[in-house]
Amino acid sequence: MKKEKAFLIDITECVGCGACYTACKEANNLPETSDDPLRDTLSDKTFTVIEQRGDYYVRQMCKHCFEPTCVSACPVGAFTKIEFGAVLYDESKCLGCRYCMQACPFQIPRYEWGSLNPRVQKCIMCYNRLLEGNIPACAEACPTGATTFGDRDEIIALAKQKIFDNPEKYYNYIYGLNEVGGTSVLYLSPIPFEELGFNTHLLQTALPNFTYEALSKIPTLVSVGGVLLTGFYWLTNRKNEIAREKFLEKTKSQTERSTDNE
Amino acid sequence: MNDFITRTLRPTFWKVVAVIIIALGIYTIYLRFTGGLAAVTNLSDHFPWGLWIGFDVLCGVGMAAGGFTLCAIVYIFNIKKYKPIIRPTILTAFLGYLLVIFALLVDLGRPWAIWHAIIMWNPHSVMFEVAWCVMLYTTVLFLEFSPVIIERFKSKKLLSFIKGITIPLVVIGILLSTLHQSSLGALYLIVPTKMHPLWYSTNLPWFFYLSAIAVGCAMIIFESYLSAKAFKKNLEFHLVSDIGRWIVVILSTYFTWRFVDLALNNKLTLLFFNSIETYLFWLEIIIGIVIPIAFLSQSRIRLNRVGLFVSACFVIGGFLLNRLNVSVTSLQASSGVSYLPSVYEIIITLFIVTIGVILFNLAVQYLPVYEKTKEGIPIEFEIITDENLKVESVK
Ligand code: SF4
Ligand code: SF4
Repeated sequence: MKKEKAFLIDITECVGCGACYTACKEANNLPETSDDPLRDTLSDKTFTVIEQRGDYYVRQMCKHCFEPTCVSACPVGAFTKIEFGAVLYDESKCLGCRYCMQACPFQIPRYEWGSLNPRVQKCIMCYNRLLEGNIPACAEACPTGATTFGDRDEIIALAKQKIFDNPEKYYNYIYGLNEVGGTSVLYLSPIPFEELGFNTHLLQTALPNFTYEALSKIPTLVSVGGVLLTGFYWLTNRKNEIAREKFLEKTKSQTERSTDNE
Repeated sequence: MNDFITRTLRPTFWKVVAVIIIALGIYTIYLRFTGGLAAVTNLSDHFPWGLWIGFDVLCGVGMAAGGFTLCAIVYIFNIKKYKPIIRPTILTAFLGYLLVIFALLVDLGRPWAIWHAIIMWNPHSVMFEVAWCVMLYTTVLFLEFSPVIIERFKSKKLLSFIKGITIPLVVIGILLSTLHQSSLGALYLIVPTKMHPLWYSTNLPWFFYLSAIAVGCAMIIFESYLSAKAFKKNLEFHLVSDIGRWIVVILSTYFTWRFVDLALNNKLTLLFFNSIETYLFWLEIIIGIVIPIAFLSQSRIRLNRVGLFVSACFVIGGFLLNRLNVSVTSLQASSGVSYLPSVYEIIITLFIVTIGVILFNLAVQYLPVYEKTKEGIPIEFEIITDENLKVESVK
């Protein structure tokens, strides 16, 4: 596994120019969906958007979570987290249950609703570019340094350094460091994150734990339950057998008596 | 024969309605498979699961719970007096599962890949568990129902084979149902922050399980009443009436657990919020739990055919509301969109219900589901094989 990568999105630096938006479209061969990157929304044809929130711009994309909820949710393992920490989707496995979409805490995966062979679509961290030794197209295109990309530990160090150097410029929090167990897209903001529309109620632990806890009880349930049910059957049936034996004895003695009478 | 044809073809109100629904349903399926999900549903990226998952799948599986509940009562706890109603109950469960699979085939984006779950495993996924439960339990239900079909075609060998494996089948069926009912609740464990706190709970699997048993019992009452009317099959009323007592016990447990759960998680204040969620929550609790408990705990109502039937209807109504609340209401706020099913989604749901009713009717007419022996003792779904053999040999 190649080193875990991460993005740092510094909202104080973003000017909303849309260079990342355009670069993403090109890198992923996505059709044009809007002439104004600030008006577009994430869709099966748009993997990143810039949303204007007051005076600031917030970039949206898949967070490539540390312990991705989508990966744990997919029944057939169509989602995987692989080298560089990229979360990828394999359409040849997918059966289209859309549990990944339901499960993602950031509401990221998009579906080709109009297609007869629909796929789930989202940012793939420009995996092919990473393999070639490049950085993702959006990070390369960003003219201001609002989006930077690198090894996750270095990116975290950089974010901390930025806050340390300029405490009056930044709100003292790195969004994504611990959200749902940590993500690979970290945000720095000048103001509290909830004021920018971030979901600040996310848990600080990985969500797959919740379902795993329930699933891990299955072996016990099946084995203990199986023994218990069979045991009950044996007990209750034993009672019946005794009753029947008694009944048979009684009828036998009755028949004997009736034959005696004759 | 001619007589038969004229009888089937004679239009009645319900037949006309059924034909219309089926025609619309087929048309909708055609649209679905020529234009994709977008052509017929109001689903969106923010609301990926709608009526089909909430009603057709969650409610469908729940209402089939009568099958395993009754099997447990009759075969495991050996309360034999319920044997006469076991066949129709298993039939309902079996048809229920077939229709759930049908609904899935319409709802899945790539239904032809449904078998992938057999070879591509992700044991960390609840959906994976659900997929296996559906496959395995449908097979078990088929085998449990098969004696009825085999009897019709009079194959003694097969019959004795199936009867021989019935106890293992019943045990496996109960285990699978337990897993399946609870796993449908477990599906939602992964959305702790998306789901409204009135419904989210780490005990969701248990809540789904308990409410499924309650509705399973209610379905037995519901069907017995309708079959008694429609097929003039007089099931012994006191049997059915006693099930009402079981419902009271199960619902009381369920009710207590849900409120204790809310209290322990400091959510009681949410009960008095002025929001649509709160109202729907109370509606669900009152219709599905409070009213049925109040009704069924009085023997006057429980021993009254109509009273019992109406109580069962309340249980079923509350159950449906609960599943729709979990799958739709509770996720509405966090999704940022307001989802209402499209006309086509509703048509498919009606279509499925209609097909279910028709198949049930056909099965009852052509298979010995309710048939009685010469002595007037109902043929049971007999599995206590050696018992029967012994009794026969004594004769
Ligand atoms: S943001 Fe959503 S889609 Fe992206 S990795 Fe995390 S859970 Fe998966
Ligand atoms: S829609 Fe596809 S990728 Fe998403 S969970 Fe279902 S099978 Fe997996």
